Amino acid sequence: MFENLTGRLNQIFDQLRRRGKLSEADVDAAMREVHLALLEADVHFSVVKSFIARVRERAVGVEVSKALNPGQQVIKIVNDELIGTLGEPAPLNMTGPKPRVIMMVGLQGSGKTTGAGKLARLLRSKGERVMMVAGDPYRPAAVQQLQQLGERLDVPVEADMSLKPPELAKRAFEKAEKGGFGVMIMDTAGRSQLDAELMDELKAIAAKVNPVETLLVIDSMIGQEALNIAQGFRGNVSITGLMLTKMDGDSRGGAAISIRSVTGVPIKFIGTGEKLDALETYDPARLSSRILGMGDMIGLIEKAEAAFDAQSAQSLQKNADRMMKGQFSLEDWLEQMKQMKKMGPLSQIMDMLPGQMGQAARQVDPKEVERSFKSSEAIIHSMTLKERRNPDILNASRRRRIAAGSGVEVQDVNRLIKQFREAQKMMKMIQKTGGKGLGRLFG
Amino acid sequence: MADILSRWRAGLSKTSKATFGQIAALLGATEIKPDTWDDLEALLIQADLGLETTASVLDELKRLTRTEGLTRANELTAALRADLRKRLDSPPPLNLRDRPSVILVVGVNGSGKTTTIAKLAARLQAERKSILLGAADTFRAAAVDQLQVWGDRLKVEVISGAPESDPGAVAFNAVQAGVARGVDVIMIDTAGRLHTRFNLMEELKKVNRVVGKALPGSPHEVWLVLDATTGQNALQQARAFKDAVNVTGVILSKLDSSARGGMAFAIQKELGLPILFAGLGEKPEDLQPFDPDAFVEGILSSS
Repeated sequence: MFENLTGRLNQIFDQLRRRGKLSEADVDAAMREVHLALLEADVHFSVVKSFIARVRERAVGVEVSKALNPGQQVIKIVNDELIGTLGEPAPLNMTGPKPRVIMMVGLQGSGKTTGAGKLARLLRSKGERVMMVAGDPYRPAAVQQLQQLGERLDVPVEADMSLKPPELAKRAFEKAEKGGFGVMIMDTAGRSQLDAELMDELKAIAAKVNPVETLLVIDSMIGQEALNIAQGFRGNVSITGLMLTKMDGDSRGGAAISIRSVTGVPIKFIGTGEKLDALETYDPARLSSRILGMGDMIGLIEKAEAAFDAQSAQSLQKNADRMMKGQFSLEDWLEQMKQMKKMGPLSQIMDMLPGQMGQAARQVDPKEVERSFKSSEAIIHSMTLKERRNPDILNASRRRRIAAGSGVEVQDVNRLIKQFREAQKMMKMIQKTGGKGLGRLFG
Repeated sequence: MADILSRWRAGLSKTSKATFGQIAALLGATEIKPDTWDDLEALLIQADLGLETTASVLDELKRLTRTEGLTRANELTAALRADLRKRLDSPPPLNLRDRPSVILVVGVNGSGKTTTIAKLAARLQAERKSILLGAADTFRAAAVDQLQVWGDRLKVEVISGAPESDPGAVAFNAVQAGVARGVDVIMIDTAGRLHTRFNLMEELKKVNRVVGKALPGSPHEVWLVLDATTGQNALQQARAFKDAVNVTGVILSKLDSSARGGMAFAIQKELGLPILFAGLGEKPEDLQPFDPDAFVEGILSSS
């Protein structure tokens, strides 16, 4: 299984000495790997071909910068081109007379109804008055699904199983207009782009309510057909944006690049969970490294950044300084655990890790880790300040006291101290190698 | 049999009418050229067969051109068809002899579990089997209502619990009820879950265990519903579900979409899981036993 493009390219270039320019042979060898990586990511065959041709042209003859090795240089070019193709995140078009209609379309099971609920929540939190319309009279209980989401969000839902969706849309639109609603979100039934009858229905809905946004909802796990499906929908209604769903899984989401590069339709949202707040605007750099199989390191960094307020950033800096001087104490460790907890559920963080680290992380029960975090915290809290700063003084009687104070066994205290010693050792190693040893962890 | 085949054709023709005969055009009566191999690779990749399967098929065909002396591209068609067919097993006969037989139905979100269960129920009813359904998706809004509507239509009892309640408890009650009523088959619908969600996979394991407690030896079957439009991720999904709850078979849903479902090859080879049924449309009778011959034709008619 192709896990990490960086690792593979580094392997190829390991045999080569670093040299001035990327030769044609270098680039060809690298492009074979990129080709495979993109196909593994479900990017459409034809899109991979044209993409590779473009990158190849850009890469041959490029001077390898001093800071990078040839493998990294190629990755950088590939990544830049991918980010360029994915394009900037586009905001929702919220212009024109109210109510502004957002229509959700897509295949069965792609996540339209959940997506409609998430969007309603997002827009409401921005102060919009939102109405949802249940335009799927076919699938059993699809209407109830939207109604239940509406109840949870306190957003009104228009539904009438006796009306055809275009008629329902029209009636709801008039109601929204009279009621002073800013946004009307139109849910529709799942359909294949080949179903002429249902495609006509979509056209009829669009004609009645004239959406400012028609979002194509695409399951990120979709394979090579993504492109044909998008083209099929686009041939019937004017698609203004993509919502890529189920991105909390481990699919690479190559459909985004296929659709974007051929149709030019921008990616607007990414669904990252089952809960209604799991909707994110997309970030081209993150998606690019994910498609290339390099994990979502940027997402991880963002999460870390969001969790660190200015004050803790300062203390973190102090931490880092002390670490570098080899003065890392249990107090600092406690601080780090607290920061890590602020980043959100561990399970989500683990999903973002690339390569072997990610695979290893998925073997671990996040609950178990959180439990061990908790007990570690309790143990450190039961130490005096002096003990935290200088664990060397922890003799047997002190350890017994700490165990009693934190409600654990003495072995648990011993284990924590041992772990801390190992962490300290690692810090010293990093200090010596200047962080080079860490690279291996990400391989 | 003729009827079944025609249903497959009807389901697949929707997908291929625009491009039918594409393989014939691709592999006309010309000589095999380097381009022929590129075209074949494109065809197989675009049918979602994946890199490994595609490479293996091409290697085999190249070997055949050497050993059998194939020179014309159209001779390759027959060889390709035979090779693809060889890679798929015919579905084993259903073993639902235990009474009741418990079937646990699992899969990622939106794969089509509930609709598939309804179709399966209709199918088993036609075989004069009595059915009971357990609605153990207590998470997604209106998932229980969805199964209940089907239960009402098919006149099948549905055991459910309160929203957000423990799915294991619902599954337990459903099995107990099924045993008490003396039905032939109990099908348990579970919430869609991404295979990477540790907690949700643990929950599924628990449901599986609880079912075994309610009726030792059950579930007799654990079926994974897989959306045929899924790409390379399908293998990871199938592997994770197999590891968690010992999946015994795969149902390929939405094969009437324009996708070819080529990941079925890798799933069969890597995990040894048989493909049992295919979803070929919206109606109950559109769920058909998996037909490897028709499936391969669907791949070959793709663009």
